[in-house]
Amino acid sequence: MDVKLRDGTVATVEDSQLYEFPEGLFGFEDFKKYAMVSSEYAPFIWMQSLENEHLAFLIVDPFLVCDDYEVDIDEKTLSKIGITSPKDVCVMSVVTIPANGNPITANLQGPLIINRKTNQSMQVILNDNKWTTKFNIVQALKNREAVC
Amino acid sequence: MLILSRKIDEKIKIGEDITLTIIEIRGDQVKIGVEAPKNIKVFRQEVFTAIQSENRAASEIPSMEKVNELKKLMSK
Repeated sequence: MDVKLRDGTVATVEDSQLYEFPEGLFGFEDFKKYAMVSSEYAPFIWMQSLENEHLAFLIVDPFLVCDDYEVDIDEKTLSKIGITSPKDVCVMSVVTIPANGNPITANLQGPLIINRKTNQSMQVILNDNKWTTKFNIVQALKNREAVC
Repeated sequence: MLILSRKIDEKIKIGEDITLTIIEIRGDQVKIGVEAPKNIKVFRQEVFTAIQSENRAASEIPSMEKVNELKKLMSK
């Protein structure tokens, strides 16, 4: 199907790129259907709302930006989107690009949990204060370079 | 809104399976025990608000220039 993107362009996506968030994202509960579209800024991916062409998020694999990242989610929560095995789970983070020149951050405290098999997805909130909503990606990558 | 007062070790029951217990009161801080089924989301209000406002901020994408710089950093 063709999906209208936030920037006005159109992308053709396969069914395998369509994701459903039965509960939406926090603050965006009314928008439940998204297409994941690869961006020219790989590994960043566009998560484009199918219900509002002006709504899109940039997401990234959090393990690429934070080596010691971990999520601990109870089985009952995971079962809401049909996840029964760890190998069904894909974790993504929502990226924020502030307009005021502040650093680009990834939301590690509110990751997206995706069922790889069915594409049913949800946003969860981690109660562990170790993970912030504003993880500075650039700083983390620079630190990593310094270590290597 | 129900407003009530409780003493230490007293409980509040919400529905069948949620129980709040007042564990400790020290100055202006109250320690509360929350017993709820695992599928009930329990968060500090400010954490919940932070995630909501972060999502709102993330939905506003001013420019992709900086992402391009990041992309270069990541491909190193």
